[in-house]
Amino acid sequence: MISRLRKLGQYLLSIMSVLGRAGELWWQAVWRRPRLSNAPLLMRQIYQLGVLSVVIIALSGFSIGAVLALQGYNQLVKYGAESALGLGVALVLVMEIGPVVSGLLFAGRAGSAVTAEIGLMKATEQLSSMEMIGVDPLQRIIAPRIWAGFISMPILSLMFCVVGIWGASLVGVNWLGVYEGAFWSAMQEGVDFETHVLKGIVKSVVFGLVVTWVAVFQGYDAEPTSEGIAAATTRTVVYSSVAVLVLDFFLTLVMFNF
Amino acid sequence: MSDSHVRIENVTFSRGSRRIFDGVSLEIPRGKIVAIMGPSGSGKTTMLRLIGGQLKPATGKVWVEDKCVSRLTRTQLFALRRNMGMLFQSGALFTDISVFDNVAFPLRIHTDLPEEMIRDLVLIKLQAVGLRGASALFPAELSGGMNRRVALARSIALDPSMMMYDEPFTGLDPIAMGVVVQLIRTLNKVFGTTSIIVSHDLQETASIADVIYVIADGKLIGAGSPEELFNAESPRVQQFIKGLPDGPVPFHYPARDFETELLEGDDL
Repeated sequence: MISRLRKLGQYLLSIMSVLGRAGELWWQAVWRRPRLSNAPLLMRQIYQLGVLSVVIIALSGFSIGAVLALQGYNQLVKYGAESALGLGVALVLVMEIGPVVSGLLFAGRAGSAVTAEIGLMKATEQLSSMEMIGVDPLQRIIAPRIWAGFISMPILSLMFCVVGIWGASLVGVNWLGVYEGAFWSAMQEGVDFETHVLKGIVKSVVFGLVVTWVAVFQGYDAEPTSEGIAAATTRTVVYSSVAVLVLDFFLTLVMFNF
Repeated sequence: MSDSHVRIENVTFSRGSRRIFDGVSLEIPRGKIVAIMGPSGSGKTTMLRLIGGQLKPATGKVWVEDKCVSRLTRTQLFALRRNMGMLFQSGALFTDISVFDNVAFPLRIHTDLPEEMIRDLVLIKLQAVGLRGASALFPAELSGGMNRRVALARSIALDPSMMMYDEPFTGLDPIAMGVVVQLIRTLNKVFGTTSIIVSHDLQETASIADVIYVIADGKLIGAGSPEELFNAESPRVQQFIKGLPDGPVPFHYPARDFETELLEGDDL
């Protein structure tokens, strides 16, 4: 009994210590006056994390929009309500699927890359040598990646929604023959910027922060061996995906007044 | 200003359950070449990391330029490190930028020099290590020894008042080794750079060091000029210097008795 309690205690303590170290890393990287000379580094990370994710985001957005239109049409047409197809697809994409799926994709594509890169920099002593040159890696390596995630994620999520709606309109209007005027006007009528779009953007900002935070911490804290980096990369994808899904539930709970 | 550049006072340091240093004290006089020697695994590299403030001692103090390293804030520590150069065993070049940019990195960060001047400085440093022709290459295109020479050029880019070399001679061919030995000596003679060399290459190290400290089993077992050490009476120092396989300093990692272990098999 005592030994079980002790194990539980040890486990909780180790979780607290990881959270503490991760929080300290984030705090030290972010709450420092950003320097203008670091702007090129930030641009480069936005390119690496954001721009290079555009293709996968657009492809997935298109497929999901198209599928939503197919399935939605099947159900709506039973009640003769297929003119609401555009509205339904847009709401689902903007409030839920856009931020969540782009968050998951971001974790898989960008998060894993960040962890592996930082882990390898640590293993090859590049972080150490940067410290000894008198440059803080938190500022030069960690901070630009955190900011880049913060900036790219909402944009990627919006792109996802736009491409998804376009995909839905191709399937719904051009193929299944939903009346075009109703498709767009119901959407225009029913989707409100503040009540729907903005809340989706807030979600995506939170997801961007969480995914990059997990990714940089796992990389920075990785054991500097090949197994260590492999494990850290896996942890990044698992933890940040779960975090996105769980946080989505709570954000929805809080923001949509349940 | 005191005479010693670095002062290590009664430092203890453990890694996991293994005690690496057990009350080590030593002094690194300003402007001298000091070698820290010992069998591999004796914590020589750890000593450099303690001096550079990357690790903190469990007890005891590390003083650099009369500042207690473990008590500095992050910002003060980074300011102090601008005056330290460190050559890592692996080189630790930044793999995403070219050789030229690697050497230019500290200059661009810590000085406001115009780009033409940085270019000249970088070429001077690269010329010194014989790799001016490789300035456009990337670290992945260099051999291990060349990597280390570029790293040396980078670590002296800001003309630090103190240089730390982690195993500078390992894996270099005789010519490159000669160049590095010559370079360490020149930096010391011309600029008065305090140099700390961590090594187990006795011959090269003894040929340039003013003072040698020998560390084994977490303790300082010998100190003095190369001649003094060669004539030291301590059997432990003699064993190290003569390269005897077994003696007071065990060659074997602590283990059970060999014969018993072989005969018993695994207790599974």
